[in-house]
Amino acid sequence: MPKLTMVQAINLALHQEMERDSSVLILGEDVGVNGGVFRATDGLLDKYGPERAIDTPLAEAAIIGTAIGMAINGLKPVAEAQFSGFSYLMIPQLEGNGGRMRTRTRGQHTVPLVLRMPYGGGVRALEHHSESKETFYAHTTGVKTVIPSTPATAYGLLLGAIRDPDPVVFMEPKHSYRAFKEEINDSGEAMELGKARIVTEGSDITVIAWGAMLHKTQKIVEEMSEQKRASIELIDLQTIYPMDADAITKSVTKTGRCVVVQEAQKSLGPASEIIAIINDEALMYLEAPVKRVTGYDVVMPYFSRENHYLPSAGRIRRAIEETLEF
Amino acid sequence: MPTKVIQKFGISYLQVLDEDGKVDEKLEPKLSKEQLLKLYRVMLLARRTDERMLKLQRQGRLGTLPVCVGQEATTAASALALEDDDWMVTAYRELAGRLMRGEKPLNPMLVYAGFEEGNVVEDNKRILPVAIILGSQVPHAVGIAYAEKLKGTKNAVLTFYGDGASSQGDIHEAMNFAAVWKAPVVFLNQNNHWAISTPLKKQMANETLAQRSISYGIPGIQVDGNDALAVYKVTREALDRARKGEGPSLIEANTYRMLMHTTADDPKKYRSQEEVEEWVKRDPIIRFKLYLEKKGLWNDKKNGKLEEELKAEIEDAVQQFESYTDFALDKPFETTFGSSVTPLVKQHQEFLADLQKDENNA
Repeated sequence: MPKLTMVQAINLALHQEMERDSSVLILGEDVGVNGGVFRATDGLLDKYGPERAIDTPLAEAAIIGTAIGMAINGLKPVAEAQFSGFSYLMIPQLEGNGGRMRTRTRGQHTVPLVLRMPYGGGVRALEHHSESKETFYAHTTGVKTVIPSTPATAYGLLLGAIRDPDPVVFMEPKHSYRAFKEEINDSGEAMELGKARIVTEGSDITVIAWGAMLHKTQKIVEEMSEQKRASIELIDLQTIYPMDADAITKSVTKTGRCVVVQEAQKSLGPASEIIAIINDEALMYLEAPVKRVTGYDVVMPYFSRENHYLPSAGRIRRAIEETLEF
Repeated sequence: MPTKVIQKFGISYLQVLDEDGKVDEKLEPKLSKEQLLKLYRVMLLARRTDERMLKLQRQGRLGTLPVCVGQEATTAASALALEDDDWMVTAYRELAGRLMRGEKPLNPMLVYAGFEEGNVVEDNKRILPVAIILGSQVPHAVGIAYAEKLKGTKNAVLTFYGDGASSQGDIHEAMNFAAVWKAPVVFLNQNNHWAISTPLKKQMANETLAQRSISYGIPGIQVDGNDALAVYKVTREALDRARKGEGPSLIEANTYRMLMHTTADDPKKYRSQEEVEEWVKRDPIIRFKLYLEKKGLWNDKKNGKLEEELKAEIEDAVQQFESYTDFALDKPFETTFGSSVTPLVKQHQEFLADLQKDENNA
């Protein structure tokens, strides 16, 4: 089993899936010759040629619009938005057509595509390179939104996304791209979308996170567990929509306490939905109010201030402590 | 019935100053000695600022930044053609033009050190900040131009975008609006031949970018973008048309991105050194310096003195941005909206309280 970074794991999944299924192709800006600005698509052009590793002209709306057409006509495009901050021109196509074609034609035409995009803060980049806007895509009806947090889950979930019969937005936390390596079962087995993952089992409190926040939270959870301060159940949400309500309910019913860690701005984010699910399914089991640690509803500042606008380790730790002590 | 030609089109190309500094006197624009020296100074200031910022980035003192080396004539000479009350709306590879319009080296240094404060141009409100989302700024330029027209002024707008951005729908839609509205705007398409790793031939099947003008019914021309005199001349003419109510124009400036896309990019992965060297021979600053020398306006002694001056100016900016203290961490809570909004009032308090707790525990 190879030990890989998240970027290498994504690259491996693309290589294997293009080898396995000749209808899979990639398209986007700088994905071919350059191998992607993060090298996620490195080597695909050499192996599969320019017809299946397409360096497109620079136009996000046309990348996703043509990908929808390819998907309708039997291909399985994996499109790339170079950064999520440039992907908003793709929303009209996804909302207006990608997520509706199956319904509109009663299943005669379907859109099995994947839209990959690096997202999230903390890498000292330029404006538009720091936001977490998964809610945009979670609210795009008929589209699934997936966020991996580790190399192994990036590999498995990307395979799952490519094999899914509907459009999937696959948001890659770029802060985690090269942050750590992990052993990967590279057997080509896809992970199921719509399922959360229990990272560590526990009985005192449930902590839910996704994307780059998962790794950050995990370190705090491990530290607190080593100090025998609490038995913490850590859940990696993995799919933003459709959200795994069963996993959340099952865990919170057991622990009675919950903290949600969300990089995105506070209002109307996935954390709000998680708390609504708990309200619907597990309210009577709660021992304390559910806390959320989130970003803020402000325009994301340039990088000199940026780190102060991401959930800090201190805020995450205090939220867990306060919820345990309530 | 046989088809017949109902419309014929052509695209002209202009060069005034060739690569050896030889000028076509019939075409030479009428620029004063002061204007010529200012143009040279600004181009050289942009080049030296870029070089200094690149070093600062490599030392970890600045974040990722785009570099403009090789494109100084296109942006400085076109900006020189503007009047004081005109507007300039750029992408992010127009450092020389921005310096021409009142920015100081401190502005880009602050921006690329991660401070929005660098976007504030004290001496000129009629310049928008660098636009990172490609092509997104061009419709704004058309809206600004429309507003000038509505107000009945003679002011015009100069907007820039690249060969990569020319594929974006925003550009096409904006150009059509401007043509229909006869808006006083000049579209300056900086063709530097590379959109990160994508060469022009993979960007479009057209022979020129200038011919896009034909489809919108506006004048278009291709100019040698490394020839400051030609760029000035065509921009001035286009701005004059705009001021007279004759509507927009498109200029394609044929230039070259001599270095990387940004400091995060490695051009060796996708283009040859031979190609780069061909363009280094057409360096816009060397050519313009030769022209000034031939006119008797410039010599080595003056050049040495100018280099010293620019070095001092740039080092002063480095000192300023590195000792920058006007740093309110909670500024975004004040600037996101122009009036108080309920969720942010509470979040602002929480932000400050958490900041204090984080500091106490640090």
